[in-house]
Amino acid sequence: MSEILAVRDLEKTFGSLVAARDITVSIPAEQTVGVIGANGAGKTTFINMITGHLVPSKGTILFENKDITGLPSREITRLGISRSFQVAQIFPTLTVRENMVVAAAIARRGGGMLGAVTTPVHSPAALAEAEATVELFQISRYADTPAGLLPQGVRKLLDIGMAVVGWPRLLLLDEPTSGISIEEKFDLMQVVMSALKTRRITVLFVEHDMEIVGRFADRVLAFYEGTVIADGTPEQTLGDAKVQELITGVKARSAGTSHV
Amino acid sequence: MLTAFAIFADGLVYAAYLFIVAIGLTLIFGVMKILNVTHGSFYAFGAYGAATAVGIYANAGWPAALGFLFMLAFGMAIGLVMGVILERGLLRLVYGRDEVIVVLVTYATFLILEDVIVLIWGAQSYAAYQPMVAAGNIEIGDLILSNYDLVLVALAAGLAALAYWALKYTRYGRLLTTVIFDRETAAAFGINVTVVYTATFILGAMLGALGGAVMAPKISVTLGIGVEVIVLAFAVVAIGGMGSIEGALVGALIVGICRAAAVHLVPQIELFVIYGVMALVLVVRPYGLFVRARPRKI
Amino acid sequence: MAARGHLVGALMFLIAAAVGPALPDWAVSLAAIAFANALVVLGLVVMWRAGLVSFGQALYYCIGAYAVALIARWTGFTDAVALVAIGGVGAGIVAALVGFLLARYREIFFAMLSLALSMILYGVLVKTESLGSTDGFSVATPTFFGLSLHGDKLILALYWLTLGIDAIAAAAVGYYFRSIAGALAAPIRDNEIRVEFLGVSVTGIVHGKVVIAGTLGGLGGALAALTIGHVDPAMAYWTTSGGFVFVTILAGAGSVAAAFVGSLLFEAARSIAVDVMPGLWQMLLGAVLLLTILFLPEGLGSLAARVGKRGEVKR
Repeated sequence: MSEILAVRDLEKTFGSLVAARDITVSIPAEQTVGVIGANGAGKTTFINMITGHLVPSKGTILFENKDITGLPSREITRLGISRSFQVAQIFPTLTVRENMVVAAAIARRGGGMLGAVTTPVHSPAALAEAEATVELFQISRYADTPAGLLPQGVRKLLDIGMAVVGWPRLLLLDEPTSGISIEEKFDLMQVVMSALKTRRITVLFVEHDMEIVGRFADRVLAFYEGTVIADGTPEQTLGDAKVQELITGVKARSAGTSHV
Repeated sequence: MLTAFAIFADGLVYAAYLFIVAIGLTLIFGVMKILNVTHGSFYAFGAYGAATAVGIYANAGWPAALGFLFMLAFGMAIGLVMGVILERGLLRLVYGRDEVIVVLVTYATFLILEDVIVLIWGAQSYAAYQPMVAAGNIEIGDLILSNYDLVLVALAAGLAALAYWALKYTRYGRLLTTVIFDRETAAAFGINVTVVYTATFILGAMLGALGGAVMAPKISVTLGIGVEVIVLAFAVVAIGGMGSIEGALVGALIVGICRAAAVHLVPQIELFVIYGVMALVLVVRPYGLFVRARPRKI
Repeated sequence: MAARGHLVGALMFLIAAAVGPALPDWAVSLAAIAFANALVVLGLVVMWRAGLVSFGQALYYCIGAYAVALIARWTGFTDAVALVAIGGVGAGIVAALVGFLLARYREIFFAMLSLALSMILYGVLVKTESLGSTDGFSVATPTFFGLSLHGDKLILALYWLTLGIDAIAAAAVGYYFRSIAGALAAPIRDNEIRVEFLGVSVTGIVHGKVVIAGTLGGLGGALAALTIGHVDPAMAYWTTSGGFVFVTILAGAGSVAAAFVGSLLFEAARSIAVDVMPGLWQMLLGAVLLLTILFLPEGLGSLAARVGKRGEVKR
């Protein structure tokens, strides 16, 4: 399998605070990688650096062998990396369909700013793409509902759907199940993961629930104090002594459930 | 040398005026996140009120010092009444709407009040020079300064000191600082934001009216004075950082000195220089000298 | 649906053009100024959809007006169509430049910085004695492709020119609203972060809107200068900007047509109010603005839309 993402010696400091350090990870295409760790362990910082929201203080990020370190997020998106958010980032005054159409139209446009002015937003192709993605994420029932009125789980699906509608090759999910009740979590992840599988997307997802990680991830990275302390199959990582002591132990679990 | 001193003296006097009109604006913005265009009306009503007050005391033949205090008190009383009516009667209804919408509400109110001035005081100009004349002049070297201007500078300095002390050492002041810094946390800690809003707006209104009252003897009190003030005060506040008291002070000094320099050296660019300085500052510091942009968390 | 909109729009412009000769001079001239100002309002609508309000559109209005007046005065070139085009392009270039500063701001800062920029121009013009300071100066009588017209013919020609440019602008803005950049207005108002992560520069889109609005403002100012026959610094003053914002809020951002209808009603109301109750015009403006914001947050245009919808249901 070819390597899609290669991160080398990544570091991020805010003044004297070290948010991430010595992160070196290589991810092959079409792998589904779970990311675990207590709050403040550097998981979101890691995702924010890959997607260009934060500029790393040190290190390099290669995506499909292209150096993307420090590029603005919109350019990284255009190269094929998308993300979803801990708190769903949607357009509350637009309907679900319109949300998806806007995302689809942007993803399909060419020619930079001029393209944005000359391409109609409601092109047949964008409409079809939006419709297909709405169906893929099983939210057709809500297609005409303003996104601001959606139940939490549907919001999450829309958020992820908008990241997927442009056919990214790498998707980063920042706590896809945060804010979702325990009963709904598995169903939601089932919908998301099968959708991503059909589009053959490489996935990195941050998750606090170890059962979900164990069930959906091919591989698990464990973060602690800004760096990766374990990297392997779910069995290996979750069975690691250090991981059990520092992350999945009783103390860390209580911190993990109170995610903000 | 004389020019340099004149620039400094004029600049200081102008800065004092700017600070007095800007402090109320920045206070209301800092606490309530409302850019209050009605501030110009407070200023205008304060000035018209002061002109009326001067007329009363000049006729009654009171001593000048008493007259001066009466003038200020009269102006501020008008500010108090207007503040109460506007905040309780109108602004309350639009809390929570878009910031820009609230600006438009204050703009609409400003338009209405401009015509209310005509209804009350008519379209003619008023002169209220008596306090200025009574204060007399002072000669420093070759420069003649009006004592009234010195009073103005002292008043501005006093206000700055009072604001500093009040924000730092009084209970209400610390409440305000908390609300300015983080409204949600303030509400979560049980601070009654509604009361703080009302009190702040009334205080801001009184400060705006005070600005008009102290300036009345120096200017011709006429239609349109409120317009100029709101634009000027905004420039000052934007330079310093909206919502910041020390920013208003520094902004007033910068604008005051720059304008005085322009008036003495290149009078053609007098108006230009104020906004030019503002644009320059904002290019370097987009949110003013004393406010940092906070990146949004995702 | 877009096609039907075009048809209705074209019909409205044709009707407006056809009734011109039947109207008295003062009415044609009033309508010409109203429709020139409507271009500025249209620019504000473009920004308002993205949640942006400029309290300084008079900057571009004044630049367009002075560009026309100065070129006619310095070079003797008086072709109306070319002058108006130059006014629009000139204002557009200025908008492109100040856009680098403005596009970084939102909400109040955007509004007030625009205001400050327009006040800079006002300050400069007031102090420029060679251009008549506060009095301004007269604009040379324009010609139309070498044809010089006078009296009621001139007014009518300017009215038609204004309508023609309005029609082009309305079609262009309609096209823009259906493009990705135009459709991103509500998303930008809703959630800028998401727009950036979808792969679009929000600053770039906002900058584009500033340029469009500036160009429209310049065209409006150029047309107004020719129709009024005079320019003065008050064209850059903040009360001028305030009037445009007023019409925008009143008309609402719902449709392109609202800008034109709103502007016409505004000019008509002003000319009536000045006769009937001089001195209370601002109070009337303020009161109407307050009532609109409190009770019709989507503007008067939404009222028409609501009535229309009710009609549809009945059918």
